[in-house]
Amino acid sequence: MNEQQTLGQFMQEQSDKLFTQTLEHIGLTFISLFIAVLVGLPLGIFIARKKQFSGTVLGIAGVLQTIPSIALLGFMIPLLGIGAKPAIVALFLYALLPIIRNTYTGITGVDASVKEAALAMGMSLRQVLFKVELPLAMPVILAGIRTATVINVGVATLASYIAAGGLGEFIFGGISLNNSNMILAGAIPAALLAILFDFLLSIVQKISFKKLRFGLYALPVIALALASFYLIPSAIGSKLTAGFTPEFMGRQDGNLGLQQKYGLKIHTIVINDAVMYNAAYEKQLDVISGYSTDGRLKAYNLMVLEDDKKIFPPYYAAPIVRQSALQKFPELEITLNLLSGHINDSVMTDLNYRTDYLHQTPERVAKEFLVAQKLYQPSRHGKAGTVRIGSKVFGEQYILASMYSMLIEGYTDYATSTKTGLGGTKICFDALTNDQIDFYPEYTGTGLLVLLKPSAQKVQEVGLNKDKTYAYVQQEFKRQYHIEWLKPIGFNNAYALMMRKQQCNDLGIKTISDLKRFLDTNK
Amino acid sequence: MIKVERLSKHYGQSKAVNDISFEVAEHENLILLGTSGCGKTTTLKMLNRLIEPTSGRIFINGEDVTGQPPELLRRNIGYVLQNNGLFPHYTVAENIAIVPRLLKWDDKRIKDRMHELVEKLHLPADLLAKYPAQLSGGQQQRIGLARALMADAPVLLMDEPFGALDNITRAKIQLEFKSLDELQRKTIVMVTHDVQEAFELGNRICIMDKGRIVQAGTPAELLFSPVNDFVKDFLQAQRLQLELKALTIQSIWDLLPPAIAVEGTELNIRSTESVWAAMEALKGTTRQALLIPSAANEPKTSTFEQLMAAYHQYQTSLPA
Repeated sequence: MNEQQTLGQFMQEQSDKLFTQTLEHIGLTFISLFIAVLVGLPLGIFIARKKQFSGTVLGIAGVLQTIPSIALLGFMIPLLGIGAKPAIVALFLYALLPIIRNTYTGITGVDASVKEAALAMGMSLRQVLFKVELPLAMPVILAGIRTATVINVGVATLASYIAAGGLGEFIFGGISLNNSNMILAGAIPAALLAILFDFLLSIVQKISFKKLRFGLYALPVIALALASFYLIPSAIGSKLTAGFTPEFMGRQDGNLGLQQKYGLKIHTIVINDAVMYNAAYEKQLDVISGYSTDGRLKAYNLMVLEDDKKIFPPYYAAPIVRQSALQKFPELEITLNLLSGHINDSVMTDLNYRTDYLHQTPERVAKEFLVAQKLYQPSRHGKAGTVRIGSKVFGEQYILASMYSMLIEGYTDYATSTKTGLGGTKICFDALTNDQIDFYPEYTGTGLLVLLKPSAQKVQEVGLNKDKTYAYVQQEFKRQYHIEWLKPIGFNNAYALMMRKQQCNDLGIKTISDLKRFLDTNK
Repeated sequence: MIKVERLSKHYGQSKAVNDISFEVAEHENLILLGTSGCGKTTTLKMLNRLIEPTSGRIFINGEDVTGQPPELLRRNIGYVLQNNGLFPHYTVAENIAIVPRLLKWDDKRIKDRMHELVEKLHLPADLLAKYPAQLSGGQQQRIGLARALMADAPVLLMDEPFGALDNITRAKIQLEFKSLDELQRKTIVMVTHDVQEAFELGNRICIMDKGRIVQAGTPAELLFSPVNDFVKDFLQAQRLQLELKALTIQSIWDLLPPAIAVEGTELNIRSTESVWAAMEALKGTTRQALLIPSAANEPKTSTFEQLMAAYHQYQTSLPA
């Protein structure tokens, strides 16, 4: 079992990081859980007493629960910035519903005659609550806390999107870097934590009423102790803060190259690219690792720092197609190549700007572009089979997928189905090799460094020249995976470091070397 | 002891209790009798302020019940519920001790009182450590009663206390209830829909309908001079038995034939007992006659037939 050994090795090698991330994860889960109990329990009691509010409160908590986690985290940035605070607030909001609902259900479920007896014997409302209602509702309330705990362990993986740490760093880093061991090193401990906490709470739930009274006091203490594991990300080490994606962090043509070739030392936090640009705009971050054609570059008034030592390899986009699909759909190759040469960097940035910032739909942007380029033909509604198009989760890929879909339907008799939103490179590529999609737009640099992962020497040899890179990936993909790289579309969506334009001007930074000099002189 | 003045409880348009007044004398057992929805339970719960009235006043021992916080008021009023309302998470002993603990009795006093009650209610001592779910329905109801009696409150309110029990258990507990000396010292208001039970246990009965008291009186008054057809019809189903129970031998004394000397008659019954009791005494024995000594009059003897004839004569003599 080669795979398992390497997973073991990876975990051993990264044990420090794993330990920190696990503690961060437990900390995030329990701080938010503790606050959720502190707020949810009284709120549940309140709506059990004043039933006219129950619909409203449970409704609001329910709606909060349905907001996608990454969207919720995104909303938090303008309000709370990045890091632990917004993550804890988001987790807290997710944990609220089960706690409020179960408290309410538990208390309203207490036998009416028992409550009446308690009142009739002369107990005050307070005494009825603490001596009758809460003890009798406790198993149900604990079941709610149990649910909330498991939800929180799961959602806490997303905390790494906004630089709050946790096991999500490994999981999402691993997905971006096509590193299964890294994914598992994050996913397995996260799953174990969920199982462990669920099990421990199930024991608490079964303890008799008597012992539970002590448990009531012990529980918050335990939760607080666990919460204290969370170490708020260490103090800022330099004047500027960088936010890099997990993918960028682990790549030779990313942070590793920055450190080796530029000697760049900057306080860095890990963050998801969906929120990174916004965080830079909100001045939560100063330097981010973006893509050179990203529309948000224009939207948020950011500037690309010149890569004066050439560490970022070319990332020319081209559709990659399974050979079996090319045989099945003979007209596919010509059709896909129609787009070749029509989109350069600035065109792509503009198209991205229209979806990312002007919020036009990718379909609209794609169609308007094709019409302007006189490439558009109305759909022939053909029935000669369905071509499955994949895309990763960002605007540019959506636009390209839409264009390809329109071209295929307009120029051939094939129908199309689009599977957009395939998380990262690994997920997209696995979908392609496993015959779940027929093609998707990929970048030469990604193909080289993430998928093929050749030796450092080979990277050195082919990685810095766009034609060499293209030729190499084309040849190797054909050989290893039976996948064809079609003609490049024309633009180069390479990694780039970017900063706010205003700040660049203020600090006089134009290149990455300028940035390094600034950091070195301003310690 | 308890005085209710023009009490009303309205829920929106519906008048659950509509302007009723009544009094309960000390050590009296007053029954609120009626069908579901007649307002009897609402009336009972207003006495200890589990429900606050829309209008009207209630005095216990001359004091307005609104004069003190409801918690303090309730600690001095025993309360027995139909579904016993025992705390499932408390042992029997803890359940019984709830009110004394609220009243801050010391442990010894609680323990002594508990043992006294356990003895009086013929409860096995090992019951105290059990949880309510481990007891039978009859035992739970006895514990419910013990809990209400524990602090020795002078007033006891009972909401269908035997309603959830099967017939045999109910008859048994009713019998215990009647013979319990603790209860003789109490002023009791009991709610029931069971006519039998009302006549068995009540000194006086209020028949209620649609939020009003239709008639209040002793069992005999209700039976023999009903104010209207409603009361008559209400009691119709079990009329004969109720009447025989309500009627004392004394009240048909003049209708009984004069005594015949029966040598060696061992069966005798006092004239204050009910006609029903006399018939029960005759049933199942070969003796044909019953000797009835009387303080004021000469003793009489009677057979079953003679008792029945006297009862019918009594009935026809009543105004129509």
